[in-house]
Amino acid sequence: MARKIVITSENVAFLKKISELSDQVITRCDQCGTCSGSCPMVEEMDITPAQIMRMVQLGQKEVMDTKAMWICASCFACTVRCPRGLDVSKVAEALRQVKLRQAIDYIDVNGIPDEEMERLPQIAIVSSFRKFTG
Amino acid sequence: MKIPYFPGCTLKTTAKNFEISALEVSKVLDIELVELPKWNCCGTVTSLTDDDLMHHLAPIRDLIRVEEMNESGLVDNEYRVVALCTMCFNVLKRSNQRIKERPDEFKKLNDFMYLEKDYQGKTEVIHYMELLRDLDFSKVSEKVKNPLKGLKVSPYYGCLMLRPKEVGIDDPESPTIQADLLGAIGADVIDNPFKTRCCGSYQTVRDKYTVAELAYDIITRARKNGAEMITSSCPLCLFNLADRQKEVMELHPEFEPMPVLYFTQLMALAFGLDEKYFGFEDNFIDPRPLLREKGLLK
Amino acid sequence: MAEKKISLMDTVKQASKGVISGIDKKDVEHWVEIYFLGKAYQVPAGLTIMQALEYAGYRLIRSCGCRAGFCGACSTVFRRKGEYKLQTAMACQTRVEDGMYLVQIPFSPAEKPLYDIEKEKYEASVFLKYFPEVARCVSCNTCTKACPQDLQVMDYVQAALKGDYKQVAELSFECIQCGLCAIRCPAEIVQYHVAQFGRRMYGKYGIPREENTEKRVKEIKNGEFNKKFEEIMSLSEEELRSVYTEQQNTREVY
Repeated sequence: MARKIVITSENVAFLKKISELSDQVITRCDQCGTCSGSCPMVEEMDITPAQIMRMVQLGQKEVMDTKAMWICASCFACTVRCPRGLDVSKVAEALRQVKLRQAIDYIDVNGIPDEEMERLPQIAIVSSFRKFTG
Repeated sequence: MKIPYFPGCTLKTTAKNFEISALEVSKVLDIELVELPKWNCCGTVTSLTDDDLMHHLAPIRDLIRVEEMNESGLVDNEYRVVALCTMCFNVLKRSNQRIKERPDEFKKLNDFMYLEKDYQGKTEVIHYMELLRDLDFSKVSEKVKNPLKGLKVSPYYGCLMLRPKEVGIDDPESPTIQADLLGAIGADVIDNPFKTRCCGSYQTVRDKYTVAELAYDIITRARKNGAEMITSSCPLCLFNLADRQKEVMELHPEFEPMPVLYFTQLMALAFGLDEKYFGFEDNFIDPRPLLREKGLLK
Repeated sequence: MAEKKISLMDTVKQASKGVISGIDKKDVEHWVEIYFLGKAYQVPAGLTIMQALEYAGYRLIRSCGCRAGFCGACSTVFRRKGEYKLQTAMACQTRVEDGMYLVQIPFSPAEKPLYDIEKEKYEASVFLKYFPEVARCVSCNTCTKACPQDLQVMDYVQAALKGDYKQVAELSFECIQCGLCAIRCPAEIVQYHVAQFGRRMYGKYGIPREENTEKRVKEIKNGEFNKKFEEIMSLSEEELRSVYTEQQNTREVY
């Protein structure tokens, strides 16, 4: 079902913010879908990487309520395959940082069960805290 | 040759077998890995936002140490630093590239870390496999006393060794470096189309069953091509592919475990070193039954 | 003319006249201006920050403790005139400077996780189990710069991340738990709690056992010294005095 979107100055401001934060010319994305096809985590995501790019292009702040950017594993498969040279992983990071910089964590640092904390290597804990805590 | 070496936190704790085997294997190749005298955690993942400087402090601090090592004589005119852990390699190299591209940030970081000597930008970050490739894999073959004949090994690259292109040490779509190295120590190299597919990385903390599914796909595909063992260069990949096999078996009860090793452990075996350098007792899936079956281990 | 002999006690009395009997304005040779909570005060130079605040009329019931640089209560944050750098100090150990802009931090809010070191394994992962925030350390060195004891705080936090209990214990030994590092940390780590845990674990599991002490404790428990104790306890006060004096005079006391 088609939805009508009106692009306001607020939407433009959101696009500008994400573009600056990620240092990517997001309007260059032509929605070819190569990133979605390359993404190893796409099956867990509620929207695909290409859809993230589309929502940001249209300045839709609702993208902040989706889970996709948190499912991203920063594997850079999208980065090396984008035919337009865009780094989709940086866009995902920019979206995550908007939330994290408001001191809203995505995981509970103290919520990981003890048995897991004893099994997990340092590398897993440090990297997950970098991506999911502000 | 003496070369500065950055271990990273995990090699000192859960991945000790990676370090022990690598240090000894290096000795055989006349390489002395000189650990940085004082180093801090690199951060494991690079900061991808345009304006963030703080998360580049840690890697740059480590690169300053390499320059200091040269000044203090620990190494002689050697500004390359070698990392075994692929994530450390990726982070250090990316931060190094970034500040070299941005002179104003370079200066800002140096000013902020006023208690340290200024970073001169001389340090170059390389991965251990690059070091061996530059040495030439034939030199590795020369030291093999116990060729791994009949051992069907599938190299797993993961993401951060090859991507993004400015950092990668080989072609991101069709890499051969680990396959060549395994061939040089006499193993039967099995290709895996999922050799560069992400293991799930840090998602293992939040969602271990998704990671288990990814591991299941990667290992099953390798097994389909005939692989009996997988090698890796990243402690996180190894944890996701090996330790998470516990969760894989919960999801797929018919799944047969497959040993996953650090490539240096196989090198140590091939070089005929003493058993204490193999570190097999720390591998979640014990490779020893398979190796004994192949007659490669007593 | 006979020289007036100034005894050591006289010199001490003179120097601490201000403390004993209060400072008379005409005795003060040098004054400095300090700002406490933004308000300016003229105080005699040479006083410590703590003494200067009391001179200014404040009665300190918090941020004040041993007055000897050991308890960590009087954490102070200040800036010097014209400088942007934030400085830290212990108020009882630092003299006032002209133009000092200061405030005290009487308390650092930090919950200590409940652990039982008797039940823990001596392994690296245990640090992160109780202090997962340690994994957020970005090596910015802010904690080290904040430490009034000049400890290598960042180094011991990194050592905790690496599971090196010995390094944590050795580097944090002089920590007085003033809380300034924890207040400044961008990763919201409570460094001094991490350090205390490290010291406790190292003390229990890492340090080599003191064999002679353990041997002696065993001997005492076995009652080998009971007779001697009973003998001493049965002496009268005069007998006890003579035994003590004789021991002091005959044995070498190190």
